[in-house]
Amino acid sequence: MAKSVLHKADTRSIADHGWLKSFQTFSFGGNYNPERIQFGALRVLNDDAIDGGTGFGEHPHDNMEIISIVLEGGLKHEDSMHNVAVIEPGEVQVMSAGTGIYHQEYNKEDQVPAKFLQIWLFPNQRNVTPRYQQERYDTTLMPNQFIQILSPDKDDAGVWIYQDAWFHIGKFEAGLQIDHPLKNAADGIYVFVIKGSIRVNGQDLEERDGFGLWEIDSLDITTLTEAEVLLMEVPMNY
Amino acid sequence: MKKKEILVMCCHPGILATLTRLIEKSGEFTVTATATAEETVNRFSAGSFDLVLLGAGLAPEAEKELEGDLKKIKPETPVVYHFGGGSGLLFTEIQQGLNQG
Repeated sequence: MAKSVLHKADTRSIADHGWLKSFQTFSFGGNYNPERIQFGALRVLNDDAIDGGTGFGEHPHDNMEIISIVLEGGLKHEDSMHNVAVIEPGEVQVMSAGTGIYHQEYNKEDQVPAKFLQIWLFPNQRNVTPRYQQERYDTTLMPNQFIQILSPDKDDAGVWIYQDAWFHIGKFEAGLQIDHPLKNAADGIYVFVIKGSIRVNGQDLEERDGFGLWEIDSLDITTLTEAEVLLMEVPMNY
Repeated sequence: MKKKEILVMCCHPGILATLTRLIEKSGEFTVTATATAEETVNRFSAGSFDLVLLGAGLAPEAEKELEGDLKKIKPETPVVYHFGGGSGLLFTEIQQGLNQG
C-alpha cells in the first residue's frame, strides 16, 4: 500500500536573517518540529536565497552528504581541502563531510541575489575521508526527460555520494505524462517542484511543494504547466 | 534550573571546539569535551551526564565499541551520533537524545 507525506510550500519553516532567507522543509537550526525531522536518509532540504555580497562564513561539517543545486546567480565555495570553485545554475556540487571539513560559501555577485537548494543526506558510512565534487548537468539536459545528477556509484552519471540515493532533475512542457520507475522498491522518493505545477500519483503539487512517497514502484507524473522537478530517491531505512 | 550535562566526544579539534561553543551558547547545557575514546570513558565514569554526543573521527568499529563501553557503565544515558558538524541539526539531535533518556 503506497504511503506518502505532503509538505506544502507554505508549511515550511522560514529563517529570515535579513541577508539570508531560508525556507526549511525539515527541522533545522531554531526551527524544531518533531513531525518534520527527515524523509528516510533525506535530512535537510533548505531553499535558500542570499543577498549579493553576503554568504556563509567559515563553518564546519562532519558525517553528512551535502548537496547544493544553484537555481539563480552563483556561489563561491572554498574549503579546507583547498577546493575553490564557483557553482552556477545547471551544476550540482557535493561534499562528503566525513571526518570533518571547514568551508565557506558566498554569493559570487555583489548586487544580485543567489538562490540555491541545500540538501543533506545521512551517509551510509560514518567518518569517511572528506571529498568534494562538482559537475555540470545542463549540457546533458534534454527537454521533457529526467536526467540523473547523483548516484551512489562513481562510474554512473552525475556526482556520487556515500549513500544509496539517486537524484534526477528535468524541465518539462505542460500536458505531459511521465513514468519514473524507482531504482529500488524499498526506497522512498521525494518530489520537489522547483517551478510550475504537476500531479504526482494523483496529488496536485505547486511550486516549491514537496511530496514524499514510499512503498511504490514508480511515479506517475503529469505536468499541469511548464515545470522543473527534482526527484530524490533515498533509502527509508539506512 | 540546573543545566543539562552533555559529554561531547570528537577527534576533530576544530569541530569539537565549535560544538562546545554552540551548545554552551544556548545557556541550557554544560559541555564536557573529550578527544579520545579513553578520555570519554574516563570522564563518563566519573561524571553524571544527561547525554553523550559522538562526533566525528573514530573508525566505525571503534565508535560502536565506545558506545558499547558507555552503555555497560550507564545504560540509561542516551548516546547520540552527531551528524553535521555543529550545524543546524545540533539542537534537534540534542532534543531527540534527551527525549530518549
